[in-house]
Amino acid sequence: MAAGDTERMAEGASAKPVSTGAPSPATGEAHITIRGLSKAFGEAAIYDGFDLDIPRGRFVSVFGPNGCGKSTLINLVAGLLEPDAGTIRFGGKRLRDTNFGYVFQNYREALFPWMRSIDNIRYPLKFRNIPRSERSERVERLVDRLGVTLDLAKYPYQLSGGQQQLVSIMRSLVIEPEVLFLDEPFSALDYEMTLFMRDQLQALFMDTRTTMVFVSHDLEEAVYLADDVMLLSRGPAEIADYVTVGIPRPRTAATISQGEFVSVKAHCLDVFQRTVRDA
Amino acid sequence: MDRFGPFTPLIGVVGLLVIWQFAFWVEVVDRVLLPSPGAMFAAVWHGMTGGQLLIDFFRTIERTSLSILYAGIIGIPLGIALGSSVPVYRSVEFVVDFFRSTPASAVFPLFLAISGPGDATKIQVATFGASLVILFNVAYGVMNARKTRLQAAQVMGASRLRVLTDVMLFESLPQTFVGLRNGVSLALIIVIVAEMFIGSIDGLGHNVLDNQMLFEMPRMYAAIFVAGALGYGFNLLFLLIERRYVHWSGR
Repeated sequence: MAAGDTERMAEGASAKPVSTGAPSPATGEAHITIRGLSKAFGEAAIYDGFDLDIPRGRFVSVFGPNGCGKSTLINLVAGLLEPDAGTIRFGGKRLRDTNFGYVFQNYREALFPWMRSIDNIRYPLKFRNIPRSERSERVERLVDRLGVTLDLAKYPYQLSGGQQQLVSIMRSLVIEPEVLFLDEPFSALDYEMTLFMRDQLQALFMDTRTTMVFVSHDLEEAVYLADDVMLLSRGPAEIADYVTVGIPRPRTAATISQGEFVSVKAHCLDVFQRTVRDA
Repeated sequence: MDRFGPFTPLIGVVGLLVIWQFAFWVEVVDRVLLPSPGAMFAAVWHGMTGGQLLIDFFRTIERTSLSILYAGIIGIPLGIALGSSVPVYRSVEFVVDFFRSTPASAVFPLFLAISGPGDATKIQVATFGASLVILFNVAYGVMNARKTRLQAAQVMGASRLRVLTDVMLFESLPQTFVGLRNGVSLALIIVIVAEMFIGSIDGLGHNVLDNQMLFEMPRMYAAIFVAGALGYGFNLLFLLIERRYVHWSGR
């Protein structure tokens, strides 16, 4: 996935200055470049001339108040919504030339219950020119790498919620995407499962260094997983702050009570509360 | 409830037979009009072991099966085509609802005038009624396909056609079976009614009417009983097929 090296934007490392004077995203090559993005639902403008650079190979959490357009952002970027205006490029390429994965919040409605789990995971390979024999190999490789002990011959409805979401994540990874979008993937799981899945996702990120855009409504989770936390303000959305989380990986349960984690989270909460107050 | 275990459903059956037998003994109605359950079962036995009832039974099965087959061939593809575009469905919704609500027996004389009193007419009317029920259910199944599932296929790279064949078709299957079960019940009703019309020479409907006119009450009850068992059997058959092939329904 060395796509897009052709387009090394000179100033690619920084988001265009926005009115809040948000700091620049972390240094590094921009992977996703968003320029002049606008989207309105009826009268309500969710995005109005929004600019953003998402750096390559980093884990970016998107956090903000309800209805600020967190999910709308990744739906626009992933092509599930049509923007009213603006351009989105992936290392210079269009979306249709980009290998990307998307994990939905509602795994129950995102998986295909008429297929066994293994066929669910294999499904996206149908649309890529991959020979039948290699399709199974790919799934096996993925299973090995994740150390998954699930019985993939089962139908999704025979699995627990966490297991279903894991199948859903595997389905998005089997194409070896260069970008992975995750829309509140753990919010329908219980706390124990959420903790487990966080660590699975972190291990996966450390292993693949796939650019990940993670929408969350749980600040602790957003900070725990992120290299960068993007805090959005409401209507039309702007970047309230862009916080780099320098805590080394792998982060563990102990990280959550550590000084640096606590102070980053406190800062984010402070920014969040300010944006809610101002709105 | 569990006290009777697997025999629980039989309690109602036994209860009904006891009440019936009791009503026969105390002569609630004339014994000619209400024979004993024993007399009815004897008539069922006689009729179904080489009698006319067996022939009529198979004729009705044949007509109903053909009707539901044709109705499926017409209703399922049309339902998918109409349901995959909400504006298109809305534009024909009134027409579909109107004819779905029209008692099919009311149009029987019309079909009789067009196609004559043969077998074809009976099957045509039953097909007409059942196909509208199937069409309506399939279209709703397609329209109510889970949006997330369609989006999931879309982000994985499925074309519009692949979304239709890989997702919408499966999404609509549970509702399609609802349509098939309602359709087969309706088809049976129409076929039986049609078999009572002038020009019929066989079928359970003909059998019931014939025995009523001859005042052969146990035989008439036997034919009614067999018609009921047939309706129940058709429904059960579709339920079993559904459970086998649409295993995810309701999960």
